[in-house]
Amino acid sequence: MFYSLQIVALDLGIKMITSFKNRDVVSILDFTREELETLFEYADKFRKVEGKLNLLNGKVVSLAFFEPSTRTRLSFEVAAKRLGADVVSIIGEEASSIAKGENLADTIRMLDAYSNIIILRHRYEGAAKYAAEIAENPVINAGDGIQHHPTQAMIDLYTVKTLFGSIDGLVYVVLGDLRYGRAAMSFIYGLSLYKPKKLYVVAPQLLRIRNEVLQILKERGLPIEEKNDVREIISEADVLYVTRIQRERFPDPMEYEKVRGSYIVTLDLLEKGKSTLKVLHPLPKVDEIDHKVDTSRYAAYYLQARLGVPVRMSLLSLVSGVEI
Amino acid sequence: MSSENIHTLVVPKILNGTVIDHIPAGRALDILKVLNITGGEGWRIAVLLNVESKKLGRKDIIKIERRKLTSAEVNVIALIAPTATINIIENFVVVEKFKVNVPEVIEGVIRCPNPTCISNKEREPVKSRFRTLSKDQLIFRCEYCSTIVTRDDILKLIIR
Ligand SMILES: [Zn+2]
Repeated sequence: MFYSLQIVALDLGIKMITSFKNRDVVSILDFTREELETLFEYADKFRKVEGKLNLLNGKVVSLAFFEPSTRTRLSFEVAAKRLGADVVSIIGEEASSIAKGENLADTIRMLDAYSNIIILRHRYEGAAKYAAEIAENPVINAGDGIQHHPTQAMIDLYTVKTLFGSIDGLVYVVLGDLRYGRAAMSFIYGLSLYKPKKLYVVAPQLLRIRNEVLQILKERGLPIEEKNDVREIISEADVLYVTRIQRERFPDPMEYEKVRGSYIVTLDLLEKGKSTLKVLHPLPKVDEIDHKVDTSRYAAYYLQARLGVPVRMSLLSLVSGVEI
Repeated sequence: MSSENIHTLVVPKILNGTVIDHIPAGRALDILKVLNITGGEGWRIAVLLNVESKKLGRKDIIKIERRKLTSAEVNVIALIAPTATINIIENFVVVEKFKVNVPEVIEGVIRCPNPTCISNKEREPVKSRFRTLSKDQLIFRCEYCSTIVTRDDILKLIIR
């Protein structure tokens, strides 16, 4: 929770202040685009190296996943191990029995004593912020309820940058669950740090973006517009960001039944768009993208998944104050 | 008839205590509720509803003998009646007079309406915390889960 300012001399000879060291990562909105640029420069470098590095030798990274997750947890674990850190985890059964036995505050204090960085996923909104207030060591939010998933947003933005060379000036369509989907919302928050040409959001009626969030985004100057049908705007899109419907968040299973399968991205749809159109998805996907898309030139979600490790390696390095 | 005259005509001045003035009309009873004042305390209390006011058109006034307000109570009043002024009376004389102020950060006063907000988690030693987005319109955002709370939600969210 304590972070210091650090002056880093970049290759360009420009002195830039980065505030990554010992920093908590709770929301993508806590970052500036300059900070993300630094992160992406690191990721560019990590993509080129193979095998194990020893940048975090002697450090311990703890993974506390109070909600099931395979992809995010593995990606963090691989990132930490490739940097030479030791990893301890609380997952699955163990996590649920801890959650029954003691409060989160005490669990965080324990992890704070054993490790240098805490990576937390929890079903309560605000859990990571709360943990960051308790822990002295940095806390990284790996998803808090329906709210934030900042490292996913970093990966998504980096994927766009890798594909198009820039995040600014593009037309984005975000399709899916904008009510319970923290990945989609974090991506949208992330775009608000940039200058997209246009951002269309398309969601089933029950899963529309909350009005107060839409207002705040408009006030931040994001050119965001709601649409009912993705077919209306697919021809303009550079990036189509698709998410699955978050079944586990529905208070009522009947509500889920009403919206499941309400949108599906097919090759047919994509062929109405630009030939350079790219489809992103934070994965896992269920049936919102037709399998035929997977092997087409539009699919960028496997690249996106691969970029998870270098982006998380970058974040862990920067938070640890490691320069490369 | 001016409101000043109404004061003196209808309600005797108090010896020691607090006068909460310039309450938006209709909110005085809510204030008594959040201050947990039932009348059973035995103090003399005067509540004036819908009196004329130059500033507000109509306003409510509360006079409480003996009771002094804590700063936490003053903050709660600000959330319900942001225009209120507080007069501290000693020996029939106003010795202190100030406007309530909506704080930038409101801690432990209202609970978050989101059941899966960490601030509502059982057995967790956590206090609710809201940031004020608009003092005029009374709009607040939960610091933990970003849920927005507005004027109309406040009363039912006050933690007693
Ligand atoms: Zn909340």
